[in-house]
Amino acid sequence: MARLARLALTPEEVERLTGELGVILDHAGDVSALDLGDVEPTAHPLPLVNVLRADEVRPTLDRDEVLAAAPDAEDGRFRVPRILDAP
Amino acid sequence: MSAPATDLVASVRSGTERARDVVEARLADIEARDPELHAFLLVLADDARVAADAVDAAVAVGDDPGPLAGVPVVLKDNLCVRGTPTTCGSRILDGWRPPYTATVVDRIKQAGGIVLGKTNLDEFAMGSSTENSAFGPTRNPHDPSRVPGGSSGGSAAAVAAGFGLLGLGSDTGGSIRQPAALCGVVGVKPTYGMVSRYGLVAFASSLDQIGPFATTVEDAARLLDVIAGPDPFDSTCIADAPPMLEPMLRDGVAGLRIGIVEELTDVDGVQPEVRAAVEAAAAALEAAGASVERVSVPSTVYGLSAYYLIAPAEASSNLARYDGVRYGLRVDAEDVATMNAATRAAGFGTEVKRRIMLGTYALSAGYYDAYYGQAQRIRTLIIRDLARVYESRDVLLSPTSPTVAFEVGAKTADPLSMYLSDVCTIPTNLAGHAAMSVPWGTGAASLPVGVQVLAPALGEAVMFRVAQALEEAAP
Repeated sequence: MARLARLALTPEEVERLTGELGVILDHAGDVSALDLGDVEPTAHPLPLVNVLRADEVRPTLDRDEVLAAAPDAEDGRFRVPRILDAP
Repeated sequence: MSAPATDLVASVRSGTERARDVVEARLADIEARDPELHAFLLVLADDARVAADAVDAAVAVGDDPGPLAGVPVVLKDNLCVRGTPTTCGSRILDGWRPPYTATVVDRIKQAGGIVLGKTNLDEFAMGSSTENSAFGPTRNPHDPSRVPGGSSGGSAAAVAAGFGLLGLGSDTGGSIRQPAALCGVVGVKPTYGMVSRYGLVAFASSLDQIGPFATTVEDAARLLDVIAGPDPFDSTCIADAPPMLEPMLRDGVAGLRIGIVEELTDVDGVQPEVRAAVEAAAAALEAAGASVERVSVPSTVYGLSAYYLIAPAEASSNLARYDGVRYGLRVDAEDVATMNAATRAAGFGTEVKRRIMLGTYALSAGYYDAYYGQAQRIRTLIIRDLARVYESRDVLLSPTSPTVAFEVGAKTADPLSMYLSDVCTIPTNLAGHAAMSVPWGTGAASLPVGVQVLAPALGEAVMFRVAQALEEAAP
């Protein structure tokens, strides 16, 4: 689960979280035990529709300002460690 | 306690009080008292002085600076101001300066409000005590050995202490209303979609909403009137502008139908003084001409469980963006995946890791239907139950928080007991409805108690009338 969430947890954290999540999920168990097969799920409180704007050029975020906030940048792009052939 | 913001605005507009003097007095007060309370993560003294001088200059030439003229406002530090550090109470945003400003902040500035600083919060708004901040806890101005509530505890404490006359917070499961109750101020969670969230750092996007803190109901209405309304930068906004609240505030409560929610008031863990406050508030509304009866909203008993599956699930997705690539902290490593995991391990605190793990689990293959899917169905039940009750009731009452402010450290070792702080506030977020907390006397240890007024979606006008009546009748 920690690998899915991209979190490098220590063995101590794994042990503590396993216990805590067990308690929380036990509490949530009252929900999972209910028979709600005929109830539609709600993902969002509003009936959302796509909002479209006119297709015209508008100011966007300043590239240099955005890149200045990054840990590392090069040639107008975010710079990251090796992706391909990673161990 | 300082005078209401509405009085200050009248003085500044008429030229009898200078915004600059107001700001200097607040800055001196913050310097003297905030080291103990730690409401602020950042005080924007120079920016506030410049803004105050601009307000005074406008008044001098006969211009109206706006409905918040000269009012010092504090911002929860998950609201972006261009070029100003925004931390979300987390190490992972170390050094980040947003390249844009939240719509609500722009609107406050355009209305003549003075942004005084960024306030402390539980990391990424996850918590009920402001103890989960990477930068240390905030203390309750009524008793510094106690928490101010959370997650918007810094804004609540700053308004209660008189540092800012108005404040903004965000409310995902009670994060405005619960600290408002614990600090003895007014706190409002508006209807989902009423206030633009452009520039609010996301926690759980189907639940988050920005709202005001104030010392009076009228001040809260003034601020909500300024910040509410559609915004082309937030496509989840309700398309129509809501009606102004302030002009209707004193229309009274005669003929209104009030319900006390049994499941949120008679629940285990509600302190007797808190329950008594709800009863007394209901009696005061009855005396003012409203009718009151107890109502049952059965599915709300599952609200807490549903919330602590839905909110972490959405958070685990929203917080995936903190990967050490585009902003904030990076812990260097040989390859990207290791860098991501090391950065997130170093940058996130315990509660955030707990919720990311919980959310990742709730969304994972094999468990999705049993946890996240079930929680979404509970959400439907709560919406249905509330709709049925609102057929015969205009607004509902309950406690805001089951207890008064607790001691610093009292609940940090037991996440579930901390989560229970939000049991009365969560159903409103799940339904996308409106609710607010109004101070009503004191409870255990002479600490403030808040009564919660709940309303259906876009029910703010009636909700504020009831809140105003409660404020006038409060002990």
